Amino acid sequence: MQLISLSAYDLGLAAALVIFLALLSLRMQLGVASQILIAASRTVVQLLLIGLVLKVIFATDHPAWLGLLSLAMLLLAGREVMARQKYRLRGWMGFGLGTLSMFISSFSVTLLALLVIINVEPWYTPQYAVPLLGMLLGNTMNGISLGLDRLNQTAWQQRRIIEARLMLGWDWKRAIGDISHDSIRTGLTPIINAMAAAGIVSLPGMMTGQILAGSPPMEAVKYQILIMFLITAGTGFGTFAAVRFGSRRLFDERQRLRLERLQIAK
Amino acid sequence: MPRLRIEQVNTLQLNGVSLSVNAGECVCISGSSGSGKTLLLRAIADLDPHQGEVYLDDIPSQQIPAPQWRRQVALLSAESQWWAETVGEHFESVDESFLHSLGFTSSPMDWSIERLSTGEKQRLALLRVLGLKPKVLLLDEPTANLDFASGQAMEHLLMEYQRSEQVAVIWVSHDAAQIARVAQRHFEIESDRIQEHARCN
Repeated sequence: MQLISLSAYDLGLAAALVIFLALLSLRMQLGVASQILIAASRTVVQLLLIGLVLKVIFATDHPAWLGLLSLAMLLLAGREVMARQKYRLRGWMGFGLGTLSMFISSFSVTLLALLVIINVEPWYTPQYAVPLLGMLLGNTMNGISLGLDRLNQTAWQQRRIIEARLMLGWDWKRAIGDISHDSIRTGLTPIINAMAAAGIVSLPGMMTGQILAGSPPMEAVKYQILIMFLITAGTGFGTFAAVRFGSRRLFDERQRLRLERLQIAK
Repeated sequence: MPRLRIEQVNTLQLNGVSLSVNAGECVCISGSSGSGKTLLLRAIADLDPHQGEVYLDDIPSQQIPAPQWRRQVALLSAESQWWAETVGEHFESVDESFLHSLGFTSSPMDWSIERLSTGEKQRLALLRVLGLKPKVLLLDEPTANLDFASGQAMEHLLMEYQRSEQVAVIWVSHDAAQIARVAQRHFEIESDRIQEHARCN
């Protein structure tokens, strides 16, 4: 099977559907018409830009460009993690905590995949490294922001209970233990659901794309399984790390609950 | 050597609080609401950052790990917190005779938290703290929500415990008659200072 190249006319037809949807929601006064159009425009611009960047990076094949792109992806994901939390840590920790956790989990899992599992030669071949890192960052970002949001919000709501436990001589880990565990579970739920539903309810996007691009289905399936497992591991370890660091940060060196370290996003 | 020594502790509202409490002694603190009594107790239990130092048997709090400090210098806050399903899950140990003297004729350990009245919660919260075997008790209006008889029972238990275990007690109270009954010394908060009254007993 040959890859059929899409023309501007093909994409325009799909765009017309989105515009029709926006018009319909305008008529129904749903208040999301402009959001739909802005998001759709962002999709076009952002994807065209990343397409250009990838084209350049694939052509030059130099690890420095790959490193730069990875850093940019990491920082953008870190910003997104921060933006999604209603209660977040003040100062640079609000950004640094999620970003560091993502860095630890996504980069190490991607490296493991490139060096050991897929064993690409050279390991920084951008056709493999960029999509892998992108998918890991995107999913880890979800898990970490869900986990941290749950942690900070529950700690805020249950501060009296946490302090009552401290007054009974519990250490910080035990005093916030059930809240930390809940937060980790919250962060892991989407990826567990995605694994359980994969192939039954939905065909995962990456696999669909590969099949459309002409890969044999079994090859696409093997890659999809690999990606699912990598994403799960990356999300899991990233969420563990973020919730663990985040919980510790809510207490000071004398194990006092310091919720003034949190701020409420406007 | 006093059991508890507070030296130049500053909180948000109070400046330079210094006072010592001996083993087996009870010191009452009174003052208008919002004058900073609760924050002072929280500082002594090392729950809030503060300036100054607090010593237990001459050992500064900084030299004792925080959880251990809070077990030994235990704070009973005005409003008790309960998070599990049953009463017993909140207790490490409980002295059966204390249950009895606070008016529990059968053991409440398998009672559901939902069922408890405010007064029962307050009495059980005291028993929960006593289960830690503290050396210092910081009491924030412990009898505020109790009827007269229950309040008296709690006072008796506390005075008895204070004497037998040689516990130092700081007791925040609004009730002049109660202060006269339980305190050996009485301090009052005036603006940002703490002033000792003439000796009671």
